[in-house]
Amino acid sequence: MDYIYQVRLTTHISSAIGSLTHALLQNARCYSVSHLSVQERIEQKRKAALTGGGQLRIAAQHKRGKLTARERLELLLDPDSFVEYDMFVEHRCSDFGMEADHNKYPGDSVVTGQGRINGRLVYVFSQDFTVFGGSLSGAHAQKICKIMDQAMMVGAPVIGLNDSGGARIQEGVESLAGYADIFLRNVMASGVVPQISLIMGPCAGGAVYSPALTDFTFMVKDTSYLFITGPDVVKSVTNEDVTQEELGGAKTHTTVSGVAHRAFENDIDALLNLRNFFNFLPLSNKDPAPVTECHDPRDRLVPGLDTIVPFESTKAYDMLDIVHGIVDEREFFEIMPNYAKNIVVGFARMNGRTVGIVGNQPKVASGCLDINSSVKGARFVRFCDAFNIPIITFVDVPGFLPGTAQEYGGIIRHGAKLLYAFAEATVPKITVITRKAYGGAYDVMSSKHLRGDVNYAWPSAEVAVMGAKGAVQIIFRGKENQAEAEAEYVEKFANPFPAAVRGFVDDIIQPSTTRKRICRDLEVLASKKQTNPWKKHANIPL
Amino acid sequence: MAAYRSAAGFQRVLHAVKTFDKILIANRGEIACRVIKTCKKMGIKTVAVHSDVDSSAVHVKMADEAVCVGPAPTNKSYLNMDAIMNAIKQTGAQAVHPGYGFLSENKQFAKRLAAEGVSFIGPDTHAIQAMGDKIESKLIAKAAKVNTIPGFDGVVKDAEEAVKIAGEIGYPVMIKASAGGGGKGMRIAWNDEETREGFRFSSQEAASSFGDDRLLIEKFIDNPRHIEIQVLADKHGNALWLNERECSIQRRNQKVVEEAPSTFLDPDTRRAMGEQAVSLAKAVKYSSAGTVEFLVDSKKNFYFLEMNTRLQVEHPITECITGLDLVQQMIRIAMGYKLQHKQSDIPINGWAIESRVYAEDPYKSFGLPSIGRLSQYQEPLDLRNVRVDSGIEEGSDISIYYDPMISKLVTYGKTREEALKKMEEALDNYVIRGVTHNIPLLREIIVHPRFVSGDISTKFLPEVYPDGFKGHMLTAGERRELLATAAALYVAAQLRSQKFLGDLRVSVVPAESRQWELCVELDKGVHMLGVSRSGNNYTVEIDGEKVEVSGEWNLASALLPLTINGKHRTLQCLLRTAAGEITLQYLGTSFKLRVLSKLAASLSKHMPEKVPEDTSSILRSPMPGSVVAVSVKPGDNVAEGQEICVIEAMKMQNSMTAAKAAKVKSVHCKAGDTVGEGDLLVELE
Repeated sequence: MDYIYQVRLTTHISSAIGSLTHALLQNARCYSVSHLSVQERIEQKRKAALTGGGQLRIAAQHKRGKLTARERLELLLDPDSFVEYDMFVEHRCSDFGMEADHNKYPGDSVVTGQGRINGRLVYVFSQDFTVFGGSLSGAHAQKICKIMDQAMMVGAPVIGLNDSGGARIQEGVESLAGYADIFLRNVMASGVVPQISLIMGPCAGGAVYSPALTDFTFMVKDTSYLFITGPDVVKSVTNEDVTQEELGGAKTHTTVSGVAHRAFENDIDALLNLRNFFNFLPLSNKDPAPVTECHDPRDRLVPGLDTIVPFESTKAYDMLDIVHGIVDEREFFEIMPNYAKNIVVGFARMNGRTVGIVGNQPKVASGCLDINSSVKGARFVRFCDAFNIPIITFVDVPGFLPGTAQEYGGIIRHGAKLLYAFAEATVPKITVITRKAYGGAYDVMSSKHLRGDVNYAWPSAEVAVMGAKGAVQIIFRGKENQAEAEAEYVEKFANPFPAAVRGFVDDIIQPSTTRKRICRDLEVLASKKQTNPWKKHANIPL
Repeated sequence: MAAYRSAAGFQRVLHAVKTFDKILIANRGEIACRVIKTCKKMGIKTVAVHSDVDSSAVHVKMADEAVCVGPAPTNKSYLNMDAIMNAIKQTGAQAVHPGYGFLSENKQFAKRLAAEGVSFIGPDTHAIQAMGDKIESKLIAKAAKVNTIPGFDGVVKDAEEAVKIAGEIGYPVMIKASAGGGGKGMRIAWNDEETREGFRFSSQEAASSFGDDRLLIEKFIDNPRHIEIQVLADKHGNALWLNERECSIQRRNQKVVEEAPSTFLDPDTRRAMGEQAVSLAKAVKYSSAGTVEFLVDSKKNFYFLEMNTRLQVEHPITECITGLDLVQQMIRIAMGYKLQHKQSDIPINGWAIESRVYAEDPYKSFGLPSIGRLSQYQEPLDLRNVRVDSGIEEGSDISIYYDPMISKLVTYGKTREEALKKMEEALDNYVIRGVTHNIPLLREIIVHPRFVSGDISTKFLPEVYPDGFKGHMLTAGERRELLATAAALYVAAQLRSQKFLGDLRVSVVPAESRQWELCVELDKGVHMLGVSRSGNNYTVEIDGEKVEVSGEWNLASALLPLTINGKHRTLQCLLRTAAGEITLQYLGTSFKLRVLSKLAASLSKHMPEKVPEDTSSILRSPMPGSVVAVSVKPGDNVAEGQEICVIEAMKMQNSMTAAKAAKVKSVHCKAGDTVGEGDLLVELE
């Protein structure tokens, strides 16, 4: 089995080399012995590189339920599309017996190169846990930097498959320097080409900051961990008892910390999903959002939307029902589905074109904005803006979440991030107010005032400073007949007209026509050009 | 459709005669819509009543006027007589059609209407009272020379008396609510223990469903057929029988598949039953449409069961074979007109089958209620000879408050065979997404050899599926068809994902591989498939056999009308994920498949096995509903099978029992709680 995959992976290389070798062997008598031995060494090194840390370690890797670095690449990339770089690079450490031949592995502990996903170019690195536990040597870092530099030059995304025990301790500061070199490139590439990290094993210590700097971090359930310090150190410093899984497993990071954007069942599931995800992304910030063939009619009516918003404005409904109904073929790649669930973000397509969806989720905490949901939304909006992906925003927001926990936690500066992100975005922005758009949160959610291109209201929309009860208590403080005043307020403000008469929404639309309208608007807005004033960089309230 | 073909004819006739100007329909869902349709044809204005959660329901949209009669729970809205009386006053409706259920057999309601001078489209109070009470009805039936079942003609006081009477009649016995109907408050007991338990459940259910906990006991006729006679009587002493409906396919005493006529009755038996039914109707001075239910044993002896003094759920099949519109007849009769037809005018034209499509999970005791939002919904109405009576549409919510019926799917044919074939096609072309539904079960019933041959009884389901319904069992050939379809879908999706429009940076995709090597998993079986494509035609090689799949479809279509090896099949793709999971609805049942490239399949063996949660120590709610009672507290020791709590959903009480003997660790619910499917109720140690 292992032999087969190795041969298959390198078909394109080995067949070329094979025929060359064959020709050389045919004429062996004409050449010097030393020349032949170079060829043999090349063959030997390649063979060694393909075996990584050796069959025993590969078996151990499999036993942990993990695939090898090369198996992963083979699944991620189109068949026969992988072009490997730096197969002959070896580490340069000579301390602690590392200089010994048996401690040298061609390619060291990472496989790098470029390939295709559904025909589109991507640069990849895949850390090899079978070689020194995937630890990062200077050489390892240098290999990663090389492909990142090239990715930025040609404009193609970088995908990192992380499976590394951490720094190569034997190399000391050289390893640390390697991390920093990668971090720098992560920062430089940020907003230039999409960067995706898939954590497929341990990723601890300084190493975590590379995934943290990339656009998306995905994890594999049960076999991947991300933490600054492991359970042992935690125990000795804070005396907390915590397992690896609890401290930095996929569940923790996708539900509690918000460090990872999604988790998948196993290596195969993760890699196949990554291929699917890749199709949503443009190759670089100079490329448009991709458009794929679409079979879902662009003018399809969605009758179910006419009845989705309940009559009582206090009753919840599922924003995902609206999203699924409107997008192509109900396909929605949700980002952070289990974190800050009061906001829904993710990618979908409208008439084949990638769009970013942002929606308040009335089902969770009434869809209010709090610290976590603001940060989640803001980062997503900024990604879309950086990579030419139009943003569609569905608004049903009762406001920002009150309370000391939020105020002490800095909801003011965190909420400002989402406001900032929507305001600075210059990609096409379409907004649909499905129900509540109250207070400052109305302004934040891609309102007309923040340069929303097309802003719609459904007939159920209520754009107001606050809900009727609260408003009446302030306006008519101390007065009797609050109920009557409340009814008057509802009549005046709990509808889309105050916003519509001022042009703050462009039209009041029948919900069932929403898909049709958005598809049409996106075609018009495809040529939108808008630039922000020149600046070194903006100063988002971090 | 016979019933509807003749509708244009009615319209002409009906405008000529005086009818009501405005009718209020005191019901919801499909039956409200059904009544409104006929009213529209007759030129009568309609008023819908609705609860607050139903304010955008189909029946509300169809009616000319609508009045909200209260919040969601039925006792506060659709059973709220005061609110409905107000709605009548407010809208000036001259008559009320009660549909079935709710207030349709409530004599109090009929009386109040009469007091206000509003016509009740149904029989008068006397008949409702006489037939609504099972004890009284039996006595009247006996007097009218109708065959009746041996039993105790009185109200049973308590569980112990029930045991005593049961002993006298001899087991098995049936305990049922005196005021009951529709299988609610009904239990069968085979021994003293079951009698006590049945008594308790039935009286609780009877109290909550009908507000009347009186029970009676009678001999239970084992393995009978349930055949009922539709009658129609006017206020002038005339009565007709409109042939029978066979309703033997039942689960928990609720009908699932009905047909008219019955394969079992010969003309003599039919006439004998019809005549007894008519004589009973005449004996209670019945007017309007009514149904006399009989149990028929294997020797064609028939026994009176009860008379339903309302329009039955399954009335459409009678309309199909007789060409009559029963709602229109009821309205005419309520206006005081004489019957238009003589007994000799009543034909049996062709055959009609009705499948009750429910939002329920057929894999759990043949159907436990499920709820949800119909995210996609498409009725097979473009087929000929198909009638769908429904009161929902795409986007509707199936809630815990009401009956979980989605629709009544009726097919019609010159022969039974034709009607059954049409039913297969209609079920395959029915798109229901967002809720679990019972199409898998319906689709299996109608093709089962016993059903097809007419060899059925009310025990059909438990006899045919003694270990519970498990879905369609694939033959080797069907398995290949399914695998081939999944492979074709996978290849189509893969090819599309390589097509980017107008993107110059995509390298020229290498010529499509001529042969795809795929590995498809289905029910733990793994198959290696070779697939080649030419346009929309896929040739799939499975274990040396070739399967050709073709047809006009795309990846967005809800229905996959395919030709597989020359045979026409309609499948539905319910799910397709990036990781290769494909769920197909095939022959009614949904099958989970997983399609992987050969490479991914070969690496799968390294993937860790995920250990599923041990469920024996965890009791979860099998359906959404409300907790009626919790019988344990933390620290209690329970025996295997002991009742832990009772969940009520759609007016049915379900006892939740311990899967093993253990100590109760924690209780997560209390009486009165509303729980969702899968919610944790009780944890055992």
